[in-house]
Formats: sequence, C-alpha cells, structure tokens
Amino acid sequence: MPSNVTAAHTLLLIAVIAVVTLVLRAAPFILFRSGHTPSIVTYLGRVMPPAVIGMLVIYCFADIDFSRWQAFVPALIAAAVVVILHIWKRNSLVSIGAGTVAYMLMIQFLFK
Amino acid sequence: MSKRTSKAIKRALRDTFPIFAGYLVLGIGFGVMLAKAEFATYWAAIMSCTMYAGSMQYVAVELLAEAVSVGYAVMMTVLVNIRHVFYGVSLIDKYRDAGWRRYYMIFALTDETYSLVSTTEVPEDVDKNNYYFFISLFDQLYWILGCCTGCLMGNFIEFNSAGIEYAMTALFVCIFADQWLSVGGRKLLSGKHISAMVGVGATLISLIVCNIVGTEYFLIPSMIIILVALILLRPVLDRKEDKNAE
Repeated sequence: MPSNVTAAHTLLLIAVIAVVTLVLRAAPFILFRSGHTPSIVTYLGRVMPPAVIGMLVIYCFADIDFSRWQAFVPALIAAAVVVILHIWKRNSLVSIGAGTVAYMLMIQFLFK
Repeated sequence: MSKRTSKAIKRALRDTFPIFAGYLVLGIGFGVMLAKAEFATYWAAIMSCTMYAGSMQYVAVELLAEAVSVGYAVMMTVLVNIRHVFYGVSLIDKYRDAGWRRYYMIFALTDETYSLVSTTEVPEDVDKNNYYFFISLFDQLYWILGCCTGCLMGNFIEFNSAGIEYAMTALFVCIFADQWLSVGGRKLLSGKHISAMVGVGATLISLIVCNIVGTEYFLIPSMIIILVALILLRPVLDRKEDKNAE
C-alpha cells in the first residue's frame, strides 16, 4: 500500500464507489417499477448504448497527449489493430489481447 | 438440480465464453495496475467482489493511490458509470419476473453482461431467468479470477507492464466495432449507425469546447448533448428501427 494511504480510507472509498455504482444500476428498476415504462424511456434505452460506447471510446483517447506523436501514434495504430482483427476474426479475446500487446510493444521498444 | 437449470447453466457457460476471454485480459490489466500502485492482491479481490465495474476499477486505482476525498470519488463514479442507468432502462421488462435473482442481476449489470443479455435470444427449452442469472454470475467469477491473477502477477513477477492500461481502450474500441458491424448487416455505413455517430461526435465537440474553456469534466456536457440529440432524432431513428423489423 502506498505510504500516503490508510486501509480505512481505502475501504471507505471502495464502499462509496460500490454503493454509487449500485444505485446507478438500480435506479431505473426502482423508478419505473410499477406499471408501464414511458415510451421515451424505452426508446432511449434502445438507442443510448451505441452512443455511450462511442462516448467511452473518445473518453479513453482523451488522456493521450496529442502534441507528442510518440504518444498518439501507438494508440491509434493499436486501435486500428483491434478494429481490423475484429472485422477479420470477430473474436473479442484476439482483438483486445493483440491490440493491448501491440500497444505495449510499441511504447516499450519502438516509440521510446 | 432440475434438467432445465442445468441446461441454463450449460448455455450460459457457452454464451459467456467471449466475456471469459475479455474479462481475463482486462482483469489482468487492472490487477497489474493495482499491484504497480503498491496494493496487495486481496484489494483486487475486495474491489472485484464489491464494485464489479471494469472501467470504474481502472479509474479507481488512481483514486485509491492518491487517497482522494469521498466527494471526488462520488463524482467520478457518477461520471464514469452514469451510462448504467440506461442499461437498466432497456432491461426492466426482461428482468421483471426474475424474483430474488433480480437483486444480484441488477448489482452485476456491467457493460459486457448488458451487451450479452440485451442481444441474445433465449432458447425455448431454457429458463430465461436462470439463464440471465448464470450469465451475470459467471461473468463476475471470470472478472474476479482475472483481477486477482493480474494482481498476483504484478506483485510477484518482474516484467515491464508499461502500456497495459491500454486494455481498457482496446475493450471499448472492440465493443464499438462489434456493435457497428452487427447493426449494419452488410452495410458499413447506414442509418442504423446514427446513434453511435452521435456519441462520438457529441463527445468530440464537448472535449474540444471543454479544452478551450479549460475544464476536464467533458463527460457531463457530452451526456447532455447525446440525450438532447437522441430525443430530437427520435422521429428518424424510430423509423429506421421499424424498417429493420419488417
């Protein structure tokens, strides 16, 4: 454990994150328990997931320093590896595993 | 155990195999990061049992290592996990009559479990509630296994793990590509890709504007733009879905 961290505070943070996550997951089941779900909610439930995944992809790339090519070129190449392998093999393990390993090799050996 | 239950277990095991693979890779990535932040392996076990949220656990490594305040942790959790609200919305009817299993299934509703449950047709001879329950349970067991393995590796094996955090990016790029390929049929670009494009476009705009303004919390405006855009696009998107159903 890092020297600036106590077990009690770590447990507290874990509990807080766990509870907030559970509340978010349970919210729709509690709010729309009785009777009919409004049609706008059903509609959003259907079209929202692809949009949110798109958002998360950008979120993952947002931390990259785009003023340094050594930082963003490997990230983009690795993403291309994931997409191309996925179109070809449609196997999540292969796509994710190969993309991650490709990125690690690039930043450790190629783009130091 | 009844025959129907064992059938549900078998089907769930088979259908969750891609998630087994993905969670092992991702869990190991998380575990190694946690170990590099100098946490013992039991913390990986505690986190994957109680939080059970892939991307949030990655974010949490930093929060724990810096011992941030409770308020900051709440805010980050809401930002990263707010999307789960929308998962529940589309599963209300599917999970309605699952009884006591429902409580666990709601707790265990991760991105991957959601994408499997919301897209897989349950075979007629399999009990739907058992099937969903075992998918949820197996996925969490894979995740716990991956997280603990990674943390043990990180704590006891010497290797250069720089870049392992890319597993999370690779995961979301993979889910995105998978979704893109599956909704379009043979077409690589069609009206059914609109909502995915809205998500990417809204977040890029929000990211650029927030960079200019000088704030790093671009996910909130991005969520608002996505919501508004999807509500405005409803006449178009609802029609697209109808065409699909014909």
